[in-house]
Amino acid sequence: MAKASLVGGSIWDEYSNIVVDRMNNPKHQGHITEEEAEAMNATLIVADFGAESCGDAVRLYWAVEKDTDKIVGSKFKSFGCGTAIASSDIMTELCMGKTVDEAVKITNIDVEKAMRDTPDTPAVPPQKMHCSVMAYDVIKKAAATYKGVDAESFEEEFIICECARVTQDTLIDVIKINDLKTIEEIIDFTKAGGFCKSCIKPGGHEAKDIYLEDILKDTREEMERERLTAMANAPKEDKADFASMSMVQKTRAIDAVVEEYVRPMLIMDGGDMELVDIKEENGNFDVYIKYLGACSTCSTGSTGTLYAIESTLKQNLDDRIRVITL
Amino acid sequence: MQVYLDNNATTKVDEKVFEEMTPFFCEMYGNPNSLHSVGSATHPKIAEAFDYLYEGINADDEDDIIITANATEANNWVVKSVWLDRILDGEKNHIITSEVEHPAITAACNYLEKKGVDITYLTVNEEGVLEADAVADAIREDTALVSVMWANNETGKLFPIKEIGAICKEKGVLFHSDATQAIGKVKVDVQDAGVDMISFSAHKFHGPKGVGGLYIKKGVQLSPYMHGGEQMDGRRAGTLDVASIVGMGKAMQLATNTMALAYEINHVGMLRDKLEKAILKIPDTIVIGDTKNRTPNTTLISIKGVEGEAMLWDLNKNGISASTGSACASEDLEANPVMNAFGSDSELAHTGIRFSLSRFNTEEQIDYAIEKIKEAVERLRSISSSYAYTPKNHVSELEHN
Repeated sequence: MAKASLVGGSIWDEYSNIVVDRMNNPKHQGHITEEEAEAMNATLIVADFGAESCGDAVRLYWAVEKDTDKIVGSKFKSFGCGTAIASSDIMTELCMGKTVDEAVKITNIDVEKAMRDTPDTPAVPPQKMHCSVMAYDVIKKAAATYKGVDAESFEEEFIICECARVTQDTLIDVIKINDLKTIEEIIDFTKAGGFCKSCIKPGGHEAKDIYLEDILKDTREEMERERLTAMANAPKEDKADFASMSMVQKTRAIDAVVEEYVRPMLIMDGGDMELVDIKEENGNFDVYIKYLGACSTCSTGSTGTLYAIESTLKQNLDDRIRVITL
Repeated sequence: MQVYLDNNATTKVDEKVFEEMTPFFCEMYGNPNSLHSVGSATHPKIAEAFDYLYEGINADDEDDIIITANATEANNWVVKSVWLDRILDGEKNHIITSEVEHPAITAACNYLEKKGVDITYLTVNEEGVLEADAVADAIREDTALVSVMWANNETGKLFPIKEIGAICKEKGVLFHSDATQAIGKVKVDVQDAGVDMISFSAHKFHGPKGVGGLYIKKGVQLSPYMHGGEQMDGRRAGTLDVASIVGMGKAMQLATNTMALAYEINHVGMLRDKLEKAILKIPDTIVIGDTKNRTPNTTLISIKGVEGEAMLWDLNKNGISASTGSACASEDLEANPVMNAFGSDSELAHTGIRFSLSRFNTEEQIDYAIEKIKEAVERLRSISSSYAYTPKNHVSELEHN
């Protein structure tokens, strides 16, 4: 894509012939009146979707046959660019002859595919894919009106990228399974974010509740938490692994050994100790401790007791541990 | 018929300009810095071009006009060098600009904002003009630079550069103006306006693309943006593009002499007004921004119910080139900031069509354009959902923000 992106060009060159034809001569533009619907023994449904504030809006007219729920008349009006006009025209056409239940299954992907000249060549450039999304949304709106239900009831999953119809659950799974770290990788794996780019981060065509960058960040954080939890719950590290532990893990490992073997011994004599610091020095691990209670005045604090503590840590964790008292 | 009405985007190269440039590709191709005669043969024409540039904006011989690749480079140079020279030392940390500047200024300022620089983006009033008082109120002790455009690229509105220049001079603040859309359309006199720097670009006044300039008043310190050889007195390195310099000089001469400006204001202004009046006869159309004090070649019109890009499609089919305020097809998909700056009507932001004329447009072309614009509006309004009769019993989710 790099070279093509550098050269650039008119997006209009990337439209299929079908899109161009429908932009110039939409076949289903117009409206249906109450009288016309009645003459077809149909109920007139009129639904609007979109927002002029973001530049696109579509109005869909359906005449739904009363006995069969079949769409026997379908027209549209559009405030939008050429792609919005073309995709609204195709969407309207796809609705014809279908029942309302069948029509609601039409997606923006179906609309885009119906506008292709050849099966493998996209009908519109990526940044114009969002213009076909509106067509799908207005069908839901019309169907919901006809059935007297909430339009959201037709959407079982939470769609993040409407152009590519990718759900939040899918994105989280793909990020975890493939260890994805960047938005570019997400686009490569799922196509989400690869079209109008509105779903990547705030500032695009329309505002979203959650963006790809949020999902990536949250999922990466969750993966890190899961990794640490797994590590914490893993069987005790053997001595060879002490060196590769993070400083926090080393501290915990030393604390664990002190708690299990050292502290009970010191407490018996009315003393105690606390871990002050750990430093890596010339390949050794210098463990700085401070005696508490009776230990702080004990004559063997710098000899026998110290030797016992150091030996215990060496035996359980690493031979290179040296204990230094403060 | 082909009718080019997008001259604020770029202009055709005047054939007289092209003729002047031609010898410098295959005949007089020497490097001006060379000591031999093939190189030095270019000097007289370079000198002549600089005369035209200095005369065109009434620069003093002691001032500098540095050749750049374009106005974008000149704008970036100003903003980033002010950062290097006046902000990084910690004494100052504030730049004032407007919300409706070209991205060459706003994107550079956005970048510096991330580096910790405090940027004030002033809004324009309901007439589309940045008021001098707003600049005066925004100036602080730590203001390092005021940078505002001379004429707006979308509306053609002229900003009160002279007043702002006086304010900046009084407060001791460096003042830069992006004059890219002003040169060749109105008189640009750097001494009268009291600017420290202006940027310009040759292809906006019938010169070649890829060459522009930065005027720097005598004594203004500005770190070079491009270091290298000693070209341009050490202020901007790189082998001189003689053909481009000669072309820009000739284009400046043709665009800025008294006769040329009178023609622009009378002839081009007359054609613009004819076009504008004809479109305004179509119901529910308005000119965006006040029609006084603007460049004579530009009009930005909102046509209710007609989305800008769809309009462009129809016009393009008929050989008419214009521009839209809606950025529906661009990467960020946001409406143009100039259109948004008018604020009150969100639909407006997606119905704007900009027509920008030049001295090469004819009355016949304008008559043809008027006819085709009417046809396009009629067709698109017949499709429009926001310009249609609305039945009583329907559900609407349109957001009228």
